[in-house]
Amino acid sequence: MAKTVKFEIKRQAGPEAPAVWENFELEWRQGMNVISAMMEIAANPVTADGKATTPITYDSNCLEEICGSCAMRINGKARMACSALVENLEQPIKIEPLSKFPLVRDLQVDRSVLFENLMRVKAWVPVDGTYDLGSGPRVFPQQQEANYPLSNCISCTCCMEVCPQFNEATGFVGAATIAQVKLFNNHPTGKVFKEERLRALAGDGGIQECGYAQNCVEACPKQIPLTNAISDVGRDVVVQKMKDFLRG
Amino acid sequence: MAAPRIIVVGGGLAGLAAVIKIAEAGGHVDLFSIVPVKRSHSVCAQGGINAAKNLKGEGDTTWQHFDDTIYGGDFLANQTPVKAMCEAAPGIIDLLDRMGVPFNRTPEGLLDFRRFGGTLYHRTAFAGATTGQQLLYALDEQVRRYEVDGHVHKYEGWEFLSAIVDGKGACRGIVAMNLRTMEVRAFQAEAVILATGGNGAIFGKSTNSVVCTGSAQSAVFQQGAYYANGEFIQVHPTSIPGEDKLRLMSESARGEGGRVWVPRTPGDKRPVKQIPESERYYFLEEWYPKYGNLVPRDVATRAIHEIVYEHGLGIDGQPMVYLDLTHIDRETLNRKLEGILEIYEKFVGDDPREVPMKIFPGMHYTMGGLWVDNNQMTNIPGLFACGECEYQYHGANRLGANSLVSCIFGGFSVGPIALKYAKNVDAAEGDGGAAAEIARQTEMNQQLLKNEGNENPFRIWRELGVTMTEHATVIRYNKGLKQADEKIVELLDRFQNVSLADRTQWANTSFAFTRQLYNMLELSRVIVQGALLRDESRGAHYKPDFPERNDEKFLKTTKASFTGAPEGPRFEYEDVDTQFIKPRPRRYDAAK
Repeated sequence: MAKTVKFEIKRQAGPEAPAVWENFELEWRQGMNVISAMMEIAANPVTADGKATTPITYDSNCLEEICGSCAMRINGKARMACSALVENLEQPIKIEPLSKFPLVRDLQVDRSVLFENLMRVKAWVPVDGTYDLGSGPRVFPQQQEANYPLSNCISCTCCMEVCPQFNEATGFVGAATIAQVKLFNNHPTGKVFKEERLRALAGDGGIQECGYAQNCVEACPKQIPLTNAISDVGRDVVVQKMKDFLRG
Repeated sequence: MAAPRIIVVGGGLAGLAAVIKIAEAGGHVDLFSIVPVKRSHSVCAQGGINAAKNLKGEGDTTWQHFDDTIYGGDFLANQTPVKAMCEAAPGIIDLLDRMGVPFNRTPEGLLDFRRFGGTLYHRTAFAGATTGQQLLYALDEQVRRYEVDGHVHKYEGWEFLSAIVDGKGACRGIVAMNLRTMEVRAFQAEAVILATGGNGAIFGKSTNSVVCTGSAQSAVFQQGAYYANGEFIQVHPTSIPGEDKLRLMSESARGEGGRVWVPRTPGDKRPVKQIPESERYYFLEEWYPKYGNLVPRDVATRAIHEIVYEHGLGIDGQPMVYLDLTHIDRETLNRKLEGILEIYEKFVGDDPREVPMKIFPGMHYTMGGLWVDNNQMTNIPGLFACGECEYQYHGANRLGANSLVSCIFGGFSVGPIALKYAKNVDAAEGDGGAAAEIARQTEMNQQLLKNEGNENPFRIWRELGVTMTEHATVIRYNKGLKQADEKIVELLDRFQNVSLADRTQWANTSFAFTRQLYNMLELSRVIVQGALLRDESRGAHYKPDFPERNDEKFLKTTKASFTGAPEGPRFEYEDVDTQFIKPRPRRYDAAK
């Protein structure tokens, strides 16, 4: 038989359904990634022991690691499935859904909490309007180069998945949101909401929940300087708390 | 009167731009998207966005941008909307800058611009090599702001199935399916804007995202909307072939000095870095001295095809050529192109700062799309379209970095127009046709779920992709196009025997895909038959048997309409608006 690749995929028909593992054995192909393997299963939904099954439900879109859709746990590690090349993975390749988010089905989870957090911290620049008001504020390249990496966050939530503090008990917002606070507080116009953003991170579930495990920065597929962002924003939050205290 | 209800379908740049304009004017929008809007395909655009800001002392003007766009599109685009877009572009860049897009800067803190294909000016503003991502996020953030204000209600994870069309033929809302509960529901509205992107999935593998199936466009085409210039499909010269898709390697690599070459000796066995300069064939630079590596995409793609298939000079005899950045210093590459270099590194395993990349053309962009008038309205009153899903800004070939500007301009244009229409349109009679449309869609779903056959939808899709890529991309022959149409008819027939491996009604992605597949099959006939009828070569549409452009016969917009008959769509032709620039021969081996 031609060279094959073995997969073990955790299946769950719905949030309340029991989890079961299914094994698959697929023909190896040059350049294969976890997504192309799941496409292959959809075209031929049969397990390794020849049992008919259903195509796997998972989120995906761009397949270039820029849309942030296909985060899952592959061999225990939270990462994007599109950039998970089979030749770099130990077999059998174990695939599970992210564990910190409500499960929808199979490998699909509900990560809308991140988008809700972005609302809470007003992660936008409040422009006056979309009519023509001339050019934007002058930004020097050094500043652009500091902000651009923060703006690369693809909302994959890997940083939240791997964070020991991101759980129901703490209600921690997670690193991605904190990095966005830094980004918008750095912007010449965006910083008008700086105080509000810092206050939003000041209470329960805010930046104080961070335990400095530093898992986030390691898991981030975009190498965003998350721990730097957390320490910078953490300092600003403390200063803001003191100001608010003194102002009474 | 109650506030008008407006629906926007699609949350990429075009859809979000439309939403922002409507919300800003005080309107309310229901925004539908298959994926969370921040994950839309606009995120994949890499190189930049064009606007004649003339910040490099070159004397660039919006007229030059207009002329380059019309010439690059081989005179097929209607000139009035293109002219308006080029004139609006500098203001759009300023707005995006104000919204916080981290555009690259000059030492003085001004916007930096790079060169792109089909122009001799530095006209492309950019944020590293992830410009689409940065632009999409900026608009996404503004929409989130309006969401907090209550002007926007998002329906993420809902898929458009069809328009609700009333007894008088006007659009009165949409029917959409919840991709978790699989619930099919009618949403009524006075105006509907489609911003549903391109149709790369019809070609199996392309540079497009998974959601770019063209399904929504096809659905409304089957309901009576004209589909225009469907035969014009852009094949990007530089993509990275992959098992699951073709990954884009941005034109900005060449804009920053990247060079395309092959060894002069077929099958040269030496390691690439040891091949001396004199034995490298920089064929684009030799054939097109004026534009060099920055000829428009259709020209570069055909040249690579010719080098590989006619000269037999593909690397190691394979369909691949080099795209070389190794002569550029690492610091510059990282500052301007890091995003795309990372993609190559991650997916291929080589560092393009050290070794030339191996690339090949891949299906990339849908120039054609829903026919719209100068108000972005389809021939179904109340149904509007903007962005890649409509046809009007790029003619026979799109210039690089014009897509982002056309999406935003189209969205900004259609928003206020749709709002005005919605305020003035007469109220629908009864339910406007909602119940009937729900019944039609439910019946289609039931049929699919109870079908007992032996066909797997994903395999039908693969066969469609192979056929379309073989016959309806770079080089087209009438014989091949006829074969492709016959194959599609066969696939449509086999579709009747599709049997779903999964018949559950919870997050059933293959069920949703199978609905899309049918629409892809119907739309692919528009592409193939449109190409068959157009016996000339123009822009991306190239027929070796008809190598010249034929303005007398084909300086016309193709308009396809659905018939439901076995022979497929009906075609008619409409004159192109050429009131500003008289068509002239298009050649890139000399200054234009």
